[in-house]
Amino acid sequence: MRSLSEIETAVKRASRAVGFSWGISEEVGKSIRLLELFGLAGIKNLNQYYKEREIKKFENLNLISEKNIAQEAFCPITLGVSFLDQIKLIENFETIHFKNIAYPVIFLSFLSRASEIGGKKIYVKFDQYEILLNLNVNIFSNGFNKDFSNHANNVEIKFLDNQDNFADSEWNSLYKLAENTFVEESDSLKQSGAGAGLTDND
Amino acid sequence: MKVELRDPNTIMKLSRLGSFHQSKLSFLRSFLSEFKDWDYNRDLFNLDKGGYGEAIYSFKKKDRVYSLVCFANKIDDEERSDRVIATKWDAAFTLYDGVPSEDDIKRLKNEVPKQEIGRLTFKELTLSRANKSVRVFNHVVKNLSEGKQPDLDLLSKVGYLYRTTAVYGSGKFGLADRFRIKNREEINGPFRLEMMLVYLVRQFTFDQVNHVAHNINPKSAVKLDNQICKNLGIGNSTGLGMAPFIVNHPTLLNNWILSRETALKKIREIKIVKNQDSELFKDCLKKSLKNITSWNTESEYQQNKIRLLLRDVKKLINHVENDFDFQSEFPFNEIYLWLEQNSCEECIEYVVSIMMEPYNDITEPLVSNMSSEEEKYFNIPTYRTVQELLEIIKIRYSNILDINFDQKENHQNFWFISKNKEEPRMADRFEEYGSELEQPLAIARDIKKLYEQLLSLKNDSTTIAQFLSLNPDLRHVVRRAFIIEKFPYSEIQDNTIGKSIVPIDMLRLKLSFFGALKFDPRSDKWLRICMFQGAPLPNELKNYDEQWVYKANN
Repeated sequence: MRSLSEIETAVKRASRAVGFSWGISEEVGKSIRLLELFGLAGIKNLNQYYKEREIKKFENLNLISEKNIAQEAFCPITLGVSFLDQIKLIENFETIHFKNIAYPVIFLSFLSRASEIGGKKIYVKFDQYEILLNLNVNIFSNGFNKDFSNHANNVEIKFLDNQDNFADSEWNSLYKLAENTFVEESDSLKQSGAGAGLTDND
Repeated sequence: MKVELRDPNTIMKLSRLGSFHQSKLSFLRSFLSEFKDWDYNRDLFNLDKGGYGEAIYSFKKKDRVYSLVCFANKIDDEERSDRVIATKWDAAFTLYDGVPSEDDIKRLKNEVPKQEIGRLTFKELTLSRANKSVRVFNHVVKNLSEGKQPDLDLLSKVGYLYRTTAVYGSGKFGLADRFRIKNREEINGPFRLEMMLVYLVRQFTFDQVNHVAHNINPKSAVKLDNQICKNLGIGNSTGLGMAPFIVNHPTLLNNWILSRETALKKIREIKIVKNQDSELFKDCLKKSLKNITSWNTESEYQQNKIRLLLRDVKKLINHVENDFDFQSEFPFNEIYLWLEQNSCEECIEYVVSIMMEPYNDITEPLVSNMSSEEEKYFNIPTYRTVQELLEIIKIRYSNILDINFDQKENHQNFWFISKNKEEPRMADRFEEYGSELEQPLAIARDIKKLYEQLLSLKNDSTTIAQFLSLNPDLRHVVRRAFIIEKFPYSEIQDNTIGKSIVPIDMLRLKLSFFGALKFDPRSDKWLRICMFQGAPLPNELKNYDEQWVYKANN
């Protein structure tokens, strides 16, 4: 088994070798390392992408707007780096649409890191896949253990507001159970049980 | 009195970094301190009469076990080489996480001796190999087998029986990634497992030499005297492979240097120094003279540095004995200021290390700050502006900006990775081919380029995101500039590609933090060192003299 350190180093060097700058190559190394850590096919997709890149042109998107359309297909690396760099600007968009992204799983790794930087979960939908990027802690997907396609026609991205995943009634019900670990205080316990706080209300 | 931390523009110059010495903050010393309470054991010693076979040594505490698995091999003299291009070694080692099973040992026996072309797993933590100093090893075997102890002069000149030629960790060749083990309290310090490997290898070399001598002449052979063992360490040959590390790990470099600088600052701020502390300092200083006079090297460059060091340490001893009053206020600050006026860089840093000796209360908390969560600082704050970045560069790289990279001698060299061994190398840009594949280690040049590009922008409020979209080739140095904003000692404030660069300065810096002694440059690109010379033996760890470094040859 290859260590993540080996993966990151090899990816960085390979990315430089195909023409990316050292700084971008460092970003790709980190991102593919993440994909492999999360059990997604980073090396496989990157390998295929770099081979296809030799014979085909991909579009670079440097400025992301709400609707982004590529005539050919967007390079997932340039797109991913732009997404990372512009996260503070684009997190205010309600939904971001992309048409034509090559090797979307590579793009996912950048979105995962963007989720951490922005402090928000990110929901992504393309083809039949729905993916939740959880602050770069994990990637939750209905496509786990399947091969993601090497092209996504329509990609939809939403930043999810930081809110509970449960209803107030569900919280209250659980909290009531938790209260069963508390001791009902008698008057004497109210006086003697606490340390600070009884006499400092001046 | 408040003492300022020393200026990175002084401390992070290569000549200064190349004058650093081991100290209480060094990793081999903090390793010994951390593992002194662990149970040491030799679990397996299955060598044939010639000393070839397997051995296992371990440190154990509660449920945690670290096992060094050793494979000693027979090789021909002509196959023995310290160069990284070698493919066979006298012995190969791995540190196993836990107790290896028979299957593990079988697997490791097949992989470990192959080193770089073998494959390890996440159960293995570090990997190394070593060659005998044949002259010393054979001499010791011969004498022990004849019932005599070896010639101390010869041992003192070399200082070890074996020298390692590489020690790998952190995910190399399939070894465990650092993140798998980083939360273990006992390894909360850089390179601690590498230090453990080297320390246990040292013990293996003593056991092996005794074993071979005994088998030559079982009736009259004696064991190598423990005191002699203590005065032997493990040698190491180090080439350029180590140099890029300190460029590639800026926050880690900062944390090493900052810990050292913080220790010095706190010591200089001590108003009244206790008598026992000043006596310990003076004792170490005087005893350390023997470390200097027994420091052998054929390198004229290093001989000159040693000569100046010896001269200046003697001057300091004379000053402290005759003209100095330790009862005065802030005495260590006075000594430090005196050193700056009267000593060479080598001596200043030498004495800074010795100043730490009495102060465990200062150094121990700093040891735990010497690792780094590097990932935390990887992302570039792209919402910030070009104006802010310019300010950072002006403040943090002021000396770098003075270098004129249009002059040939200031960009004479380039760093590359050799295809043969996948190791870093340096070459003359104008005489060798390959500079188009240059590694991103010319930080000074690229920072200057970034600065000039930023200056050319009309709009200071341009965001970094906008700047990077047009200048992707400068991304790696933009990242570094935002790192140095928070970590002032994260960058070498010097030119790493100039004609006059002495690459061993970069090696020396790292090796001093390892705790190496007796730097012996063999050229401007590689050197030999000695580790653990004078250190307690494993069975002495529970109660040892912390100042052993300065008493090695006494």
